[in-house]
Amino acid sequence: MKPYVAVDHVDVIFDTKSGPFQALANVNAGIAKGEFVSIIGHSGCGKSTVLNLIAGLLNATTGCVLLEDREIKGPGPERAVVFQNHSLLPWLTVFGNVYLAVERVFGAREMKPTLMKRTDKVIEMVGLGHARDKRPNEISGGMKQRVGIARALAMEPKVLLMDEPFGALDALTRAHLQDELMRITSELGSTVLMVTHDVDEAVLLSDRIIMMTNGPSATVGEILEVKLPRPRNRLVLAEDAHYVHLRGEVLRFLYEKHVHRVAA
Amino acid sequence: MNTKVMSIDSLALPANNEHANASRPSQPVPFLAAIPEADGAKLNSGGISLSSGRRVGKLLNGVLNAVLPPALGLLLLIVVWAFVSQTTEYLPSPTTTWLSALEIFSDPFYDRGLNDKGIGWQLWASLQRVFEGFGLAALVGIPLGFLIGRFDALQRMVSPVISLLRPVSPLAWLPIGLAVFKAADPSAIFVIFITSIWPMVINTALGVASVPQDYLNVARVLKLSEWKVFTKILLPAALPYVVTGAKLALGIAWLVIVAAEMLTGGVGIGFWIWDEWNNLNMAHIIVAIFVVGTVGLVLEQSMAWVANRFDYRKN
Repeated sequence: MKPYVAVDHVDVIFDTKSGPFQALANVNAGIAKGEFVSIIGHSGCGKSTVLNLIAGLLNATTGCVLLEDREIKGPGPERAVVFQNHSLLPWLTVFGNVYLAVERVFGAREMKPTLMKRTDKVIEMVGLGHARDKRPNEISGGMKQRVGIARALAMEPKVLLMDEPFGALDALTRAHLQDELMRITSELGSTVLMVTHDVDEAVLLSDRIIMMTNGPSATVGEILEVKLPRPRNRLVLAEDAHYVHLRGEVLRFLYEKHVHRVAA
Repeated sequence: MNTKVMSIDSLALPANNEHANASRPSQPVPFLAAIPEADGAKLNSGGISLSSGRRVGKLLNGVLNAVLPPALGLLLLIVVWAFVSQTTEYLPSPTTTWLSALEIFSDPFYDRGLNDKGIGWQLWASLQRVFEGFGLAALVGIPLGFLIGRFDALQRMVSPVISLLRPVSPLAWLPIGLAVFKAADPSAIFVIFITSIWPMVINTALGVASVPQDYLNVARVLKLSEWKVFTKILLPAALPYVVTGAKLALGIAWLVIVAAEMLTGGVGIGFWIWDEWNNLNMAHIIVAIFVVGTVGLVLEQSMAWVANRFDYRKN
């Protein structure tokens, strides 16, 4: 099967003051339509670099990145990004932040009332109807990240790219948002690529997990298929033998085969 | 002149510290210190549970805390002044000056020909020049700052020019103004323009250049047009910096106008001071100093208010 998103023999070399730095070496990966894929690895392994390549925020030094068989050149709203630190504009309300994206993507085709309805709908979807008119500094970290997700979903992207979306949240909020993300993405049938360093998050959410070796010259180490039935329930899975096995596989990869050289 | 700017800034600092001290938790009534900041009403409502006697006591205490130290400071100034005026012949005492001030302000808007106008007209003329020069500087400086902040090449092109021209003493520009405009008034405005433009250019450029990359990444993912990037991201993000630049610029403009008017003559508070010096009317000069100081304070406070108003972090 031809992948929906393809990363094909990609090298990324950064020019730094101390000479060229090879971040990625010969990375190959694919995401099928409607698939939820995670990239996991130690910090500094270039997992965000892969995401930025698909986002178009970064160019491959060699090789190419394709979406629907067309080469990705530069960023665009059909590849929405949920940034690690939410990146909401502090002078706009929750509504304003989402509306900015909605207006950009649908503004040419739809009238203002329709655009506003779209915005409200997606804000409701992430459960923030009550905070619609609040500014980012008036809401909690979890809520900010929901707005970030709402903004990305509102663009109705072909691929949803998430860069450690829940990394900065406390464990309870994170679990709650993970459950909601599962619900929303399966409702919408979204194609998702998520960068994470959280083993449980990767296994719980993903259809496949791309495990990356350590940098420099990081590459895809192993790919793990997660064949757990959906909808998934974290409480049930916690005692599920297959889940525990998969979790063990990821941990073994991270802590036996590719131990991070720098002490944590 | 630049050293004067510095000293004004350092003078402004104790006032701010006072606020910081007043809102220290160890103070008996920290919330009262916030009353001048206009959110006192909201905070006061928290004190309803207190018995009314204690509330009045706390209120009184707070008012004393807010009023007493500045009043003591001013009193000290007057005492030192009174003491010094006893020792020299030409420095009028506070009382003489006060009587003189009463006389000046009894009719601030009289007009007996070109060289004899009330202090109101003098001030008005100076303020007009300041706002014209400052307004022109804003019109040129802020857009220029945006361009410099947005385009790195432009920044490298302009920055040596700015570094060279910025430290020049304001009055050094006056002959150039006189040579070009061949008239006193536009020259004074030109001096204000050329000295107050730099803080606006520099602060605006800094504001634009320090817009977080995250926000610009959002713009890139959304593929926003350059106009949208400007109105939705650069402008709101840089606005606090722009207003800070304008605040500094207005302060400098007010410092410079007095000196410039001494040289250009005509109507204006600076010229008036010089005129009174020629009349050896020291009491009027001291009154003028207080007037210049007060107007400067009012300008500074209004700009601070504007700065607060336009800072997305504070509303």
